[in-house]
Amino acid sequence: MIRFISPWRLRALGVVGMNQRNGQIIAVHNRRRDYPKVDNKLITKKLAEQAGLTVPQLFDEIRTHHDIHHWPRNIPQGRGFVIKPAHGAGGDGILVIKSQRRDEYIRASGRRITRAAIDDHLSNILSGMYSLGGRPDTALIEYRVDFSDRFADLSWNGVPDIRTVVYQGFPIMAMMRLPTQASDGKANLHQGAVGVGIDIASGATCGGVQYNQPIDLHPDTEQPVAGRKIDDWTPLLRLAAGCHELAGLGYLGVDVVLDEIHGPMILELNARPGLAIQIANRHGLGPRLKTVDRYLRHHPKPTDPAIRVALARQWTAAWNDDREPEHRQLQTDAIEHDVPPPAAKTA
Amino acid sequence: MKRWHLPLLITLLIFAGSALFLHKWLNLGLALTPAAEVDVWNVEVRVRFQPTGSATEVRLALPERMPGFALLDETFIARGYGLQIRPGAIDRTAIWTTRAPRGEQVLYYRAAVYRHPERVAEPFPGPAVPFEWDAPFDTAASSLLTETRARSSNIESFATLLALALARPDSNENAQAFVRFDDTAAQRAETLIRLLSGARIPARAITTIDLGVEGGRRVTTDTWIEVHNDQRWIPIHPLTGQVGYPPTVLTWTDGARPIVVADRAQNLETTFSVSRGLHDALDAAMRVERDSPALRYSLLELPIGTQNTYRILLMVPLGALIIVFLRNFIGIKTFGTFMPVLIALSFRETELLAGVILFTLLVGLGLAVRFYLEHLRLLLVPRLAAVVIVVILLMLVVSIVSHHLGFDRALALSLFPMVILAMTIERMSIVWEEHGPADAIQQGVGSLLVAAAAYGLMVNRTLEHLFFVFPELLLIVLAFTLLLGRYTGYRLTELFRFAAFNRRSSFSPEADTPSKTSDQEPPR
Repeated sequence: MIRFISPWRLRALGVVGMNQRNGQIIAVHNRRRDYPKVDNKLITKKLAEQAGLTVPQLFDEIRTHHDIHHWPRNIPQGRGFVIKPAHGAGGDGILVIKSQRRDEYIRASGRRITRAAIDDHLSNILSGMYSLGGRPDTALIEYRVDFSDRFADLSWNGVPDIRTVVYQGFPIMAMMRLPTQASDGKANLHQGAVGVGIDIASGATCGGVQYNQPIDLHPDTEQPVAGRKIDDWTPLLRLAAGCHELAGLGYLGVDVVLDEIHGPMILELNARPGLAIQIANRHGLGPRLKTVDRYLRHHPKPTDPAIRVALARQWTAAWNDDREPEHRQLQTDAIEHDVPPPAAKTA
Repeated sequence: MKRWHLPLLITLLIFAGSALFLHKWLNLGLALTPAAEVDVWNVEVRVRFQPTGSATEVRLALPERMPGFALLDETFIARGYGLQIRPGAIDRTAIWTTRAPRGEQVLYYRAAVYRHPERVAEPFPGPAVPFEWDAPFDTAASSLLTETRARSSNIESFATLLALALARPDSNENAQAFVRFDDTAAQRAETLIRLLSGARIPARAITTIDLGVEGGRRVTTDTWIEVHNDQRWIPIHPLTGQVGYPPTVLTWTDGARPIVVADRAQNLETTFSVSRGLHDALDAAMRVERDSPALRYSLLELPIGTQNTYRILLMVPLGALIIVFLRNFIGIKTFGTFMPVLIALSFRETELLAGVILFTLLVGLGLAVRFYLEHLRLLLVPRLAAVVIVVILLMLVVSIVSHHLGFDRALALSLFPMVILAMTIERMSIVWEEHGPADAIQQGVGSLLVAAAAYGLMVNRTLEHLFFVFPELLLIVLAFTLLLGRYTGYRLTELFRFAAFNRRSSFSPEADTPSKTSDQEPPR
């Protein structure tokens, strides 16, 4: 196996590197003042609710240590809830309560946890244990997502989520993140979760990647990761694309989970989505960014997310073309001219 | 306009930097290498005090006679003071006077000395007048002198044996009478001179400073005695009995009187600092071109203590440039952006190997403590404070233990930036918990590698000289940094990270593997 790729080949494939992402994409398209909208889950949630985008319902927010003594307010009995820090990153500090009986709480793992221990956890969140830089934080108590078990055979002790990169409002690349034993049930590629590329047009999964290495089978369940279809793919893409208006960020990562009852729900937004999604899809982001840029040079940005999704899905055929990059270039040029004006298009 | 802004700025910076550099190098003849300038020392005395009344007089003892050295140049800096210099027997006195000083006063005296092995014959000053000892001491003195005389052959050995007898008084009851265990060199010198006068040997105390002190920011003075053997003065160290000045010891003034006396002053504070090298070649140039503004407004005009600080400080941009390169071009991960530069700075004192070992040891121990603190569920700031305290305690223990083991490099440990260490420990433990030990150790090793690389560059004497003499080179470093700031290409580590893309090619046989379902994208 070749462990090294020449920079020229990488460039020809349009793979975006860390420096390019920071210098040419994030620095240009993401304004600093929009960051709190995605870094603070409380703000994200409120903005999303205003915009009519589906998010797990907020039951309660705990801002001061005083609030800790009064917290079971507004929480529907019987079906559990999730506690998470507003500024948490990488899934840290999230406590999932499956069910509760008076003063006894059952965690997602089945273990019991006392009220006092939950209070302790809340206190840690408030003191900033899970927030970046240790700043004082707020704890959210929200609806526990009833995960669709469609991908139960592809995850180990956790739930997969779907990360979509939304560029200028267009969903240009997506992957499903499958928890593994190595990642300790977390959907974080860095910790060893499996990333599986998703075809934007069809919502079907293709090959996977773990630790930057291509894989075909989930390492724990040994099920093939490719060829699975994501339910509610169109609403999911529209949800992701709609986050562009919400956050105002030109380059955005949207993490979505599939709820059994409510369908796709936004879990969190990310102003600096990572680059591993390219490996999972085995395609560089470069050509896709260029297509969007070229389209926007000649057309106004469609305000309806549904239209942007439709456009992106049209473009995927060219993006997925695996011929030499020069040929692909020609074809995307052709497509650009074929695209009907957005007003004529309905979703 | 916007597009040309950065290239224009970079060109301007490079042009300005190199123009000034070339002017100083070619027209003013400043040396590019530190080679020609060894063995010249700049000694600076700084006198600081608070005046208490109106007319103030400060008397500073100045060197005149410096065996093995010669004075190249001296300067007095004291604004608003009148200055007169009076010659003395073996030294001189500078008398600064002023009518109405206000606020804190700082006076400077700077001398540039170089090695000059010239022996001047000094006439015999005549036999000393015996000191009158009080009742119990007189007999002890005379029997000590008799004993010593019996064991010696000439004046030199007599004086040396006497000094040694006082240095190890356990073996000699008579010597014990004249020794206190906490004698300073000056006190012992006075005792010795009195004893020697009993044998009518002329002796005198001399204040010295050691030019060989590392760093040279706060040099302390020492006292020697000199005995005359009919031909010349022989130096003997009063506490150790060592004969002859070591090559780096510079005689300063008459040891019998204080270096600084000030009337109507309080909180009098005198500091000596020493820096080595450089001034020789520079002075040659500056004597010729003193009027050039490029030299008049240069670092070399600053007080020596400040100069020494800038020598280190001017190397920091290079370290920062290295960080930019290693992080954005190579892709090494480190804890904190510039933490490695600070670590590299502390390596200057400990040297690389010892520094790396000590750093690893401290961070390792600190991490263990940090994991224990995690159990106690402390709030963030108290936890950080606790880690800082523990780090300092650990430094203390490591210093004491290594001193006992004779490993003196570890004493420089106190120069480790402990707050930075504590932050490193904190960040490392967070990475350890969130991303596992592999990541934490990888980043830790990365930080050390970067620190070592920065250190390698920052201790380079030629570079240090270049940046000190030509600080305008920093403009070029700045230009480079700005240039690197626009680099959007791949990092070296990314070429490995994205190696999976090698497998994706429609012309490779793999592309036609059967895993195609519906219209999804093809190969594995």
